[in-house]
Amino acid sequence: MDGLDGLSNPFLDLPQGDNIMAMYIWIDGTGQGMRCKTRTLPNKKYEPDQLPIWNFDGSSTGQADGNNSDVYLKPVAVFRDPFRRGDNILVLCETYSYEMVPNSTNKRAVCVKNMERCADQHPWFGIEQEYTMFDYTGKHPYGWPKNGYPGPQGPYYCGAGSDKVKGRKIVEGHYRACMYAGVKIAGSNAEVMPSQWEYQVGPCEGISMGDHLWVSRWILCRLAEEFNVVISFDPKPIPGDWNGAGCHTNISTEAMRQDGGYDKIIEAIKLMEKKPLEHIMEYDPTGGADNRRRLTGQHETASIDEFSYGVAHRGASIRIPRQVDNDKKGYFEDRRPSSNADPYSVTNRIVMTICLGE
Amino acid sequence: MGSFMDLDQGGKVQAYYIWIDGSGQNLRGKTKTMDGPIKSVDQLPVWNFDGSSCEQSEGVNSDVYLKPVSIFRDPFRRGDNILVMCECYTFDDKPHPSNKRSECLSVMEKVSAEHPWFGIEQEYTLYETDAVTPLGWPKNGFPGPQGPYYCAVGAQNVYGRKVVEAHYRACMYAGVKIAGSNAEVMPSQWEYQVGPCEGIDMGDHLWVSRWILCRVAEEFGVVVSFDPKPKSGEWNGAGCHTNISTLKMRQDGGMAHMVTAIEKMSHKQREHIEEYDPKKGEDNSRRLTGRHETASIDKFSYGVAHRGASIRIPRQCDKDGKGYFEDRRPASNCDPYSVTSRIMRTICDLD
Repeated sequence: MDGLDGLSNPFLDLPQGDNIMAMYIWIDGTGQGMRCKTRTLPNKKYEPDQLPIWNFDGSSTGQADGNNSDVYLKPVAVFRDPFRRGDNILVLCETYSYEMVPNSTNKRAVCVKNMERCADQHPWFGIEQEYTMFDYTGKHPYGWPKNGYPGPQGPYYCGAGSDKVKGRKIVEGHYRACMYAGVKIAGSNAEVMPSQWEYQVGPCEGISMGDHLWVSRWILCRLAEEFNVVISFDPKPIPGDWNGAGCHTNISTEAMRQDGGYDKIIEAIKLMEKKPLEHIMEYDPTGGADNRRRLTGQHETASIDEFSYGVAHRGASIRIPRQVDNDKKGYFEDRRPSSNADPYSVTNRIVMTICLGE
Repeated sequence: MGSFMDLDQGGKVQAYYIWIDGSGQNLRGKTKTMDGPIKSVDQLPVWNFDGSSCEQSEGVNSDVYLKPVSIFRDPFRRGDNILVMCECYTFDDKPHPSNKRSECLSVMEKVSAEHPWFGIEQEYTLYETDAVTPLGWPKNGFPGPQGPYYCAVGAQNVYGRKVVEAHYRACMYAGVKIAGSNAEVMPSQWEYQVGPCEGIDMGDHLWVSRWILCRVAEEFGVVVSFDPKPKSGEWNGAGCHTNISTLKMRQDGGMAHMVTAIEKMSHKQREHIEEYDPKKGEDNSRRLTGRHETASIDKFSYGVAHRGASIRIPRQCDKDGKGYFEDRRPASNCDPYSVTSRIMRTICDLD
């Protein structure tokens, strides 16, 4: 909290001459936090491989030791900057060591390889990103009463009214910022717990799911700065009778989307049924420890220890939408990934199981 | 800034003369109306000011002269208005003792065949208007320990981004060669980089960038500190890491020249330290402790990708066998004229 929220910034329309600002963004050593820094570049249209490789002090982000601290940033995706506008850009990066080996915290490198290997199956994803707004301390949910709780869950989901929803300004700003940036935001709604929201990104094919989701998260946290609000991706921010937050992941391959694809959906789910532990390991940044607080079998989750699936079943690990059951083709929803999951790890694990048989 | 700022100026422009005062670290400035537009620094007259109010002269003989040396566009007044960086001269037309640029310029002219390029990483800390509480820090307390703030995003980890965004755009507009910026390890601490600048330009661009920063922060009620160790304890200090290369270092095989230069610098630790803050090392002794990504002030060291050394050779340059190196010793309140001059005198054997 710096007390500058709400002040206008009259310098943001100053002409930039022949240069632009590129905001390089990466995932830090926690596997869930993001970092960023800016550099000036000549103004032109850039593909990722035309942007310079950069580096940063990995010892300050849990990604290197102090006596060998340079970690490299390799641009992999470019988006328009909704804060700086003009021709300014956001540049999503992968982290590499000085030998150009992916940093141990870089989950995208292996995901890209596997997505290329199953590219002929055209895997599509849609992720439902849930999150909770907190006040600037990061400890108290935004809009909750001091020293107390709001009324029990019930009226908040998709609600309207100042007593039902908190922080809609941020949600509206985020949606437009994502659309402008080129992030494939598909929808949004208020969630079951007050001050909890969800937005959906997709359908994205292959590696772009992870790219679009990570950039959407950065835009959200950055935008919330303007309102002194902290965004939490913790999967169970408030213990007790309050919903957790997930990253329900919807999946389909081309075969599933075609007539008669339902059989392929069931086949895929059966393959996933054989590897519950392998998937849970990849569905949050702590090998399942975070998700254990959330996947209790209550509050529209399945228990972390039991795999189940069913049509329209929100208490199952995997839900087949009713519409898909009617059409006998389409997609299915894995409800297990937690809100702080790495979408590269999630989508990689899924295609390994259902596309590559690994 | 109100609706008066778009009033027509009738063909006149405001030239804001900027100079460094007797402290060696603070900037002063005042405005003069000129017939516009001004295309070259030669069109600007020598001016003067009351040096006794800036720790630069006695009252009885107080006029200090201002000689314009470079111009930039004014991002606050916009239009054709300009910022004018100046050198201070005494009444008998000699460089004022506080004027470090004059000697730097003659050094840079002597070594111009080397085409020395510099890039300076200016760190600084933002404060509340009271100039005592770092911006956003709790009163009578401290934020959580360092770790999450470096290059961060999110309201819990970032304090003062508005000022930073404004400063970057203002510098781009002004013509200052701002190359990048990031949030630093201590909360409310930031860094921006200026360069690559050849020769005397480094000092000019850095000083003007500092003035723009302090002036931008005024708009938000925020104070900028260039103190190299604003908070004692487990909090990083602030530096002006200076990146250097000559033409030979940038060419194939340049690593040999880099190592030769660093070896020369290793023999003049004390001479360099004296030029690396305005108090001959006294300020830096609070910062260069050997901890918090610094080398100890008494010991010279260098290494590839080593952030605890006096001089760091970037990993990329080690791979390429050429490039530049980084002197991590200058304090955030150093005079870049003094720093760049001292470096070139050492590596070109001028003294």
